[in-house]
Amino acid sequence: MNQQRVMLITGTRKGIGKYLVDYYIEKGYTIYGCSREPADYSYPNYHHYCLDVADEPKVRQLFADLLKNEGRLDVLINNAGIASMNHALLTPVTTVQKILSTNVVGSFLFSREAAKVMMKRKSGRIVNFATVATPMKLAGEAIYASSKAAIVTLTQILAREFSDYNVTVNAVGPTPVLTDLIRSVPQEKMDVLLRQQAIHRFGEFPDISNVIDFFIKPESDFVTGQIIYLGGA
Amino acid sequence: MSIESQVDQILLNAIHEINEQLPPNQKMKADKSTLLFGKDGVLDSLTLVNLIVAVEQKLQESMNATITLADERAMSQKNSPFKSVESFANYIVMLLKEQSN
Repeated sequence: MNQQRVMLITGTRKGIGKYLVDYYIEKGYTIYGCSREPADYSYPNYHHYCLDVADEPKVRQLFADLLKNEGRLDVLINNAGIASMNHALLTPVTTVQKILSTNVVGSFLFSREAAKVMMKRKSGRIVNFATVATPMKLAGEAIYASSKAAIVTLTQILAREFSDYNVTVNAVGPTPVLTDLIRSVPQEKMDVLLRQQAIHRFGEFPDISNVIDFFIKPESDFVTGQIIYLGGA
Repeated sequence: MSIESQVDQILLNAIHEINEQLPPNQKMKADKSTLLFGKDGVLDSLTLVNLIVAVEQKLQESMNATITLADERAMSQKNSPFKSVESFANYIVMLLKEQSN
């Protein structure tokens, strides 16, 4: 069994996911990551899989490899997510299905498979990604915010179901961070959103890793089912 | 070794693994006639979950078979495949044979 701590992060090709890989590699983790496309970076302790997070056979194969190679999983970060800002009247069902599949089905599938590995050692941390768009009930984000509302409930219920195995499940709810996810959103929409936060600024990647650090540190083994929204949403 | 024998062995190994976590008065008899779940079954729902997960992992490790044991079909059957060690083994063999066809 690998004596190093092992972390699995979804959506690692770019943006927050790529930042988290860099950040936790530096902290000594062995990291498994995934995205639809290949990553254009590599580390000796980083293993990349090309897959759709809602593709059950491929996800199960990733976990089978991880269990065989490492024998343990300490942390899962369900970072993969897609957004689409649009008026509900102009939102195609295919977009709805795509968002729900990646954000909800993907997070569920990875959490389920991760818990199966973590339960063997009776220890583990799962961190999901929520969003401030849910409590702020932002117009134009009906499906994205709804998918993340599902993540809130998923987090709270999995926290109870996995507690028998000492696996905690929490979520971080970032404010907008300047990534590809929101580059297409009109500036005035972003300004309205920032004004609704207690602290009127975009989030930075370290704001997110700070909350994740809190959730995954050993002393946080009594913290589960919690959603921490950044920026005072 | 036949699929049936491999599945029997995997199931019995999984029972031994789960037994290690159970108090002496709740341990399962590693025998095909043991009633697992339902009327007169020895397992509570959480221990059944643990057993199913252990069997899924052993099927993956030993036979490189990725199957979901607790799917809609298993849950909707009149006679639960998880009723006894024997019914569980038969169900796994059926799924493996379906997958290989």
